[in-house]
Amino acid sequence: MSQDLLIRTAIAVLILPLLSFLALIFFGKRLSRGGDWLGTSILFVCLALSAVVMVQKLTVIEQAIVLSFRWIDFGAVPVLGSLQVYLGITIDNLSAIMLVVVCLVSSLVHLFSIGYMKGDIRYSRYFAYLGVFTFSMLVIVLTNNFFTMYVGWELVGLSSYLLIGHWYEKKSAADASKKAFVVNRVGDIGMFTGIMILYATFRTFGFAEIFGSMAAGQIPLGSEAWLTAAGILIFCGAIGKSAQFPLHVWLPDAMEGPTPVSALIHAATMVAAGVYLVARTFPMMTADALVVIAYIGAITAFISATIAIAQNDIKKVLAYSTISQLGYMIMGLGVGAYTAGFFHLVTHAMFKAGLFLGSGSVIHAMHHALHHQHDHTTDPQDIRNMGGLRGKMPITFLAFLVYTLAISGVPFTSGFLSKDSILAGTLAFGDLTGHWLIPIVGFFVAGLTAFYMFRLVILTFFGEHVEHHRYEHIHESPKVMTIPLIVFAILSFFIFYSFNPIDASEGWFTHAIERPVSVVPASVQAATNEVFEAAHHHAHMPAMVLSLLVAGTGILLAFATYQWKKISADAWAARFSGVYNFLLNKWYFDELYDAVVIGGTLAFTRFLRWFDNTIVDGIVNGTASWTKAVVFGYSDHAKEKRLSAAAFLFVGTIVSLLVAYWIGQWFWGRGEVTSAIVMALVSFALTLYFFWSGAGGFDRNVVDGLVNGVGYFSSFFGILFQKLQTGRVQTYIAFVIFGVMVLFYMFR
Amino acid sequence: MNITLTHFLIISAILFSLGIYGVITRRNAIMVLMGIELILNAANINFVAFARYGGMHMDGQAIAVFVIVLAAAEAAIALAIVLNIYQRFNTVNVDEVSSLKE
Amino acid sequence: MNFYDTLFYFFAIITLVSAGIVVFSRNIIYSAFSLLFTFFGVAGIYVLLNADFIAVSQLLIYVGGILVLLLFGVMLTNKVVNVEMKTGTLQTFPASILVAVTAGALCAVFYVTDWKIVSSVADVPNTANILGEMFMTTYILPFEVISIVLLVALVGAALIARKETPIKN
Repeated sequence: MSQDLLIRTAIAVLILPLLSFLALIFFGKRLSRGGDWLGTSILFVCLALSAVVMVQKLTVIEQAIVLSFRWIDFGAVPVLGSLQVYLGITIDNLSAIMLVVVCLVSSLVHLFSIGYMKGDIRYSRYFAYLGVFTFSMLVIVLTNNFFTMYVGWELVGLSSYLLIGHWYEKKSAADASKKAFVVNRVGDIGMFTGIMILYATFRTFGFAEIFGSMAAGQIPLGSEAWLTAAGILIFCGAIGKSAQFPLHVWLPDAMEGPTPVSALIHAATMVAAGVYLVARTFPMMTADALVVIAYIGAITAFISATIAIAQNDIKKVLAYSTISQLGYMIMGLGVGAYTAGFFHLVTHAMFKAGLFLGSGSVIHAMHHALHHQHDHTTDPQDIRNMGGLRGKMPITFLAFLVYTLAISGVPFTSGFLSKDSILAGTLAFGDLTGHWLIPIVGFFVAGLTAFYMFRLVILTFFGEHVEHHRYEHIHESPKVMTIPLIVFAILSFFIFYSFNPIDASEGWFTHAIERPVSVVPASVQAATNEVFEAAHHHAHMPAMVLSLLVAGTGILLAFATYQWKKISADAWAARFSGVYNFLLNKWYFDELYDAVVIGGTLAFTRFLRWFDNTIVDGIVNGTASWTKAVVFGYSDHAKEKRLSAAAFLFVGTIVSLLVAYWIGQWFWGRGEVTSAIVMALVSFALTLYFFWSGAGGFDRNVVDGLVNGVGYFSSFFGILFQKLQTGRVQTYIAFVIFGVMVLFYMFR
Repeated sequence: MNITLTHFLIISAILFSLGIYGVITRRNAIMVLMGIELILNAANINFVAFARYGGMHMDGQAIAVFVIVLAAAEAAIALAIVLNIYQRFNTVNVDEVSSLKE
Repeated sequence: MNFYDTLFYFFAIITLVSAGIVVFSRNIIYSAFSLLFTFFGVAGIYVLLNADFIAVSQLLIYVGGILVLLLFGVMLTNKVVNVEMKTGTLQTFPASILVAVTAGALCAVFYVTDWKIVSSVADVPNTANILGEMFMTTYILPFEVISIVLLVALVGAALIARKETPIKN
């Protein structure tokens, strides 16, 4: 298969979901069954094609394949110089593997949705949005430049907005979609700034071109600090999309969307984009930037893992576990364990998609049982209302158990391989740089993960169901829903990634994804590949033993607490009620942002008002009283007022003469006669004015007038411009014509 | 004085300005449409005049044909919209049809 | 003043005067009918510019199609029997100033510019032939696209204009 054909196949994979979107959004209602078969089959075709691309890329073709074309040529732009924008796609091992992951998860989510979304009012539109979501993610995966990356980035944001707000009649869903959109914007601004820093220096958006120039010694704005800043700013985009520490608040709320969408967001599309971005831009990250990335990842992993322990909503627990695992990936990339970080993204995509689809299956069953009972008050997502589902939903249970084992890092699962590799990386990082906090957090979070995931499984599937009558109405989900679960469960075993169940370094994945050579100057580079690999290899054994230990402890604790009831969770929660409430309320992040951002804006406006009333007016009035005090003391006689008028008259006349002369020069060039006349007129007017009003009048009318005038001026223009916005098309046409006339005048 | 390119251009300029005047001042949507037709005709005169004098060869005339076709399409759509508006609001005055405006 | 010049001024006056009536007349029926003369005058100007095919198209499409369409629009949306044919105007005064400035600026630019005159179509006997070839060769893509645009526009117009029927679900 030639490279050319491979590129074409990749383009087909990219375009097909978009076609699915177009077909379904326009003709979805006309098609039988809302066109779900169309979207699903298109995605399975994509999956097949992308699998072909990946196999070909990994086995036959060594180099990255790039297809690039000039999109726009602005020619020689003033100030900037030659301005051209190139677009293109690149297929290297990273994008080839990611392509398959995205298509696989998306196609199975499509399949699952057929069962889960049955009877939804906007059924075909839902499938259309799934298509555009997949398309946007594929844009990010395949692009070879920051420009298209940013376009895809925003497209992902938009489609997630559409999907999270799918049930927009529900206020919480509409709010959640808005929240996701706005919070992501915050990160995107950083990413945009970072891209612009790079563009200002390199005059191109292409990854390869930028990294090439950087390797040749060119760095942004000639300073290594700017390089670090660019790296961190671009990472800001990942903070937003991948829900890292300061901006993680949107992801749990995104649970308001349909559960399969959550699976898509959490496994393959949205949150993976951030990790993918860091992997893509890894070569340009300086050592400092990487340390920041590692710490952000570690903080995220820790915070969200602690929150997950106290949550009772099945999807919320999974959401926080996703954030925690994303923190792991980011941390892995940050410490330099590039392969491990990306490996965890892939393995996590499989079992996390499975977990969400499994929870979808549970919620579906609960929902139907509750519906059957005409019970509309019980929350079908609350794990306290579940229990004992093992007997009724065997397939879901077994699959869910496999995923949980994988995410907890139990041997023979894929999660064990990748998590172990990341933890070894953190140990190596601690060894090399002395940042021992990161491995400590890493291992602690591994234990927490095992604990809260098994808590979830035990409360949901083990024990007795809380209500006997409802239990009888719970049934296993239909085949379209269980088949994806089985597929994901199978893909959660080690055999697909490495033949050695305890060491990923011999598998095909590690050979396919090699850490790229850093292009930043040697002085700010992190530990090189060889040094890190040696340390990583060295740390492998202790990391494995330790991680087994903490995972085992976590699982045992979970069983002891929730299955055997040796430890009473309620007693512990009561004893540490402060901590428990802190965790239950998600570290009060939402409340914090509410107070800081919204309260801050309000406080700032209050401050401005105070500033205007006290400081600005104070200076104005203070100057007047100060001058008066200096010149005349504090006496207040009429005669002295006249004197003060004379003093101001003197100063005012000189100033006005100067101003008038200057204005005359400016308007009439060297027309000195005119200037003199204007001067005379102005000074005459001023003299008269002062004579009549005195200095107090000057203060009242001119100085206060200037200050208040600014206010009146702005409100005048506000009212004026309000008038301009008539909302009548003809007015706008008139403005356009007026603008054209101005242009005419300028370019005459 | 011979007729030159400038004569045609000035005709089109005046026609264009008249069209603009019609579009801006009229409240009746159909009158606005007539103004737009005048503007399109002015543009077309320019195209054809430059085809004759400006060294555009036949390209100018070809584009003029396209403009005529687009004008036809535009008139059809616009009148359909006007009829629809009339059915709904019982008026064709553009400044009264403002339910979408807050 | 030769014959060509006379014809030019004839058509120019027809065009501009009738266009003025279109714009300034308060009665929409007068406007619509004088638009007929504007189109006719413009067609004459096309003939003077050696664009016979365009001139014929102008008559066929504008006079035969668009104008009739406009008249239908007028008849369907105004009360013909009453005196309601008068149409209101707005912002007449600022609009006059703006338009006068525009016209002046355009005319000045056209007048001042030193056009490079290349008489190119002067000796072509029949433009329809050449245009036809161009549409099938150089302009084949725009030609096809505009055909589709026209088709879609007509279908869309029919769809928009028909009476509202309750949407079946």
